[in-house]
Amino acid sequence: MTDTAPAIELKGISKAFGPVQANKDISIRVMPGTIHGIIGENGAGKSTLMSILYGFYKADKGEVFINGTRTEIPDSQAAISAGIGMVFQHFKLVENFTVVENVILGAEDGFQLRPSIAKARKSLKQLAEEYELNVDPDAKIENLSVGHQQRVEILKALYRQADILILDEPTGVLTPAEADHLFRILDNLRNEGKTIILITHKLREIMEYTDTVSVMRRGEMTATVRTAETSTEELAELMVGRKVLLRVDKKPAQPKQVVLSVKDLRVTDSAGVERIKGVSFDIRAGEIYGIAGVAGNGQSELMEVLGGMQAGTGTITMNGEEIDLTGRYSDGQSRRARSIGHVPEDRQDEGLILDFTAWENMVFGYHRDPDWAAGPLMNNAGIVQEAEGKMQRFDVRPPNPHLTAKNFSGGNQQKIVLAREIERNPDLLLVGQPTRGVDIGAIEFIHQEIIRLRDEGKAILLVSVELDEIMSLSDRIAVMFDGRLMGERDPAEANERELGLLMAGISEEPDKPAWKAVDENLDAIEHGEAPKHG
Amino acid sequence: MDKMPAWADVVLIPLISLLLAAILSAVVILAIGESPVEAFNLMVDGALMRSSGWGYTLYYATNFIFTGLAVAVAFHARMFNIGGEGQAMLGGLGVALACLYVPWPHWTLAMLGSTLGAAAFGAAWALIPAYLQARRGSHIVITTIMFNFIAAALLNYLLIGVLKPTGSMEPASAKFDPSFALPTFQQMFSSADAPLFRGAPANVSFFLALAACLFVWLLIWRSRLGYEIRAYGWSQTGAKYAGISGTRIIIISMLISGGLAGLMAVNTTQGEAERLILNSTEGAGFIGIAVALMGRNHPFGVLLAAILFGFLYQGGAELALWTNIPRELIVVIQALVILFTGALDNMVRMPLERIFLALRRKES
Repeated sequence: MTDTAPAIELKGISKAFGPVQANKDISIRVMPGTIHGIIGENGAGKSTLMSILYGFYKADKGEVFINGTRTEIPDSQAAISAGIGMVFQHFKLVENFTVVENVILGAEDGFQLRPSIAKARKSLKQLAEEYELNVDPDAKIENLSVGHQQRVEILKALYRQADILILDEPTGVLTPAEADHLFRILDNLRNEGKTIILITHKLREIMEYTDTVSVMRRGEMTATVRTAETSTEELAELMVGRKVLLRVDKKPAQPKQVVLSVKDLRVTDSAGVERIKGVSFDIRAGEIYGIAGVAGNGQSELMEVLGGMQAGTGTITMNGEEIDLTGRYSDGQSRRARSIGHVPEDRQDEGLILDFTAWENMVFGYHRDPDWAAGPLMNNAGIVQEAEGKMQRFDVRPPNPHLTAKNFSGGNQQKIVLAREIERNPDLLLVGQPTRGVDIGAIEFIHQEIIRLRDEGKAILLVSVELDEIMSLSDRIAVMFDGRLMGERDPAEANERELGLLMAGISEEPDKPAWKAVDENLDAIEHGEAPKHG
Repeated sequence: MDKMPAWADVVLIPLISLLLAAILSAVVILAIGESPVEAFNLMVDGALMRSSGWGYTLYYATNFIFTGLAVAVAFHARMFNIGGEGQAMLGGLGVALACLYVPWPHWTLAMLGSTLGAAAFGAAWALIPAYLQARRGSHIVITTIMFNFIAAALLNYLLIGVLKPTGSMEPASAKFDPSFALPTFQQMFSSADAPLFRGAPANVSFFLALAACLFVWLLIWRSRLGYEIRAYGWSQTGAKYAGISGTRIIIISMLISGGLAGLMAVNTTQGEAERLILNSTEGAGFIGIAVALMGRNHPFGVLLAAILFGFLYQGGAELALWTNIPRELIVVIQALVILFTGALDNMVRMPLERIFLALRRKES
């Protein structure tokens, strides 16, 4: 080890919120010029720790040293002047400002804006060249893709002379190509001597890109190790506190009769753009049909049409009977009556009412069911009792049905949605992004529940942007690109590269221009343009 | 994790807000050279210390319960119904038509008829803005407030023409049949040797208002419709996922809201004036907004807030009667109460949350 002072050193940091001990006696050292990963389940205390470092919270106990000197960080202004920059999971940008205006926001000098803008423009150009941080300085934020917006956040930090960059779950919203580019940028920053703290729950990112990694569990730092000297399995175990099955364990599927049949489905959105351009497929009882693809290629619309949230044209039959795609009987209630369960992609906005209690959410969508009626009113006591049982069976923590949904962690919120939908025993279950933002222990459980439902002879449509998840759960895989299905693959024979090509819109592997086309398409996607057809 | 115990949220914050409003009001009264203590005593004495005072306080409170509930129901669907005033005026028209043109055999039936008429007319007046919001996206705040003016103009037209008895010099309808008069508290609760509520206008429709509170509570927290209204209010995309029709929720919740606002007219028009007069609502539709805000859109809260505002109205009238404090100052005091309990909620809430957090940390 060198004898330079660590860029960041935390000594004995403790922080409690009421009775909850969010951080317990945490100490870490991060050397300059390294990427340090912090990994842990939701609620492990990662964000609290970083908020202390960035001056949002004051630690109850403990000391912070920046480059060897003890530093008080009472607010984020102090953090910035100590050279700390933070890139939040949810960007803090002014949508209708340009990039350069966002960069100088809060760091304008003087009364007039013009000199600040000129200065920022110059330094943005320099930073872009240095770190591959290319963004059009005059583009408005609302017109940028998510990946580019994130770059603006990084530029904001660098413009304020940050030497230490904290990124909170940076790849959660990015496409694989955007994520790769992000890590190239982080690599360049490291080579220039910047220190990076990467908070994530994705083990793959930790293993591939970090130099050292700290694991947090229940407010405590359980280990800090060199990445090269650890393994995914070991980290997962440290995180959860027990052995975790990273591979999904399942028997071969035994498909039976066709449950859902979709023929030539087309969907046009309110702006008149055709989002689904003629999609046909069948799902049989007892199989999981996985649809992979980069977000925004029509998967969401497909789920919405099947779930009754969106109108479409074409023919969909469910158990041999045609279902309405427009009009009065094309809504969530009618779909549920046809035994279609729906775990929506966005659990916080769609699958749950966050301000409802857990028990109220347990009948959401089924609240008109005669089972829950008590005369003209709802049988609240019965629903509470039922909810208690479901929360127990799905290991929702805490198992308190009177708690408001927003007070549960992401994984437990998802378990509430799954419990509601799976316990109805639907013939077809639509599952969108089942493990987005869900911690690793819960992922294992959710995957097992989906497979259990399949083994009971139910049909399952799985939509996910996580290719790993699609490959390990599905019995057949289709890739969706630009509103079309790009052919089906057997997961046993498919490989990631081939699926990746399909995701970029290349249906077969031609001899030469394939990679060029892929790059163009990835680039197009990254720039938020409509991808061209290969 | 909740930052504060529920009782602090429901009881402590409104009380502190009220106290602040009272202190500031005291300063204003002091500034115009009157004694705040004396003024306060007068208000309490006139509004709460005698049964006739209560008779007025509860009369006003009845109006505010109806309009407060109207705002609260709409608000659960995230509709801001500012049209309570206009809906109540139309409710008055419904009462007048029911009482002028139907020969009811008994006041109970007349009350039933006027209740239905008031609710139907109020609801109909809310239906148009609701339809425009649900189908055309016209903002409900804009349309309902415009409909207040249209309602006022409509009543003007009717009361100087169609409904005015020939030969009358006054913009008012004919008197209702005296047998339709609603029993007042005085008639209901006085005995020969102990007269109570003498001369006060509070009448049996106060109990209609209490029934409306119970109805709203059952509707919002116990019924499927209420579940859907709240779900739609919290998240429109969530409602879509669950198959709850937004159009239906907007229209139904506004119909209920308008109907409740209209019911106020049973109290004012059949219960007190016994004919339809101009401006019988006296701004109660707007007070309903403050009442719902202070009552946290809960029927019980609305009931308490309505009684408080009834006290302010009656106490204010007493002040104007017995002191040199001008009537306009009462409006200032009411405005301060609205300002502190409604608009400045966070000013009290945030320091209080911090105190509770600090207390909890000390315990653990």
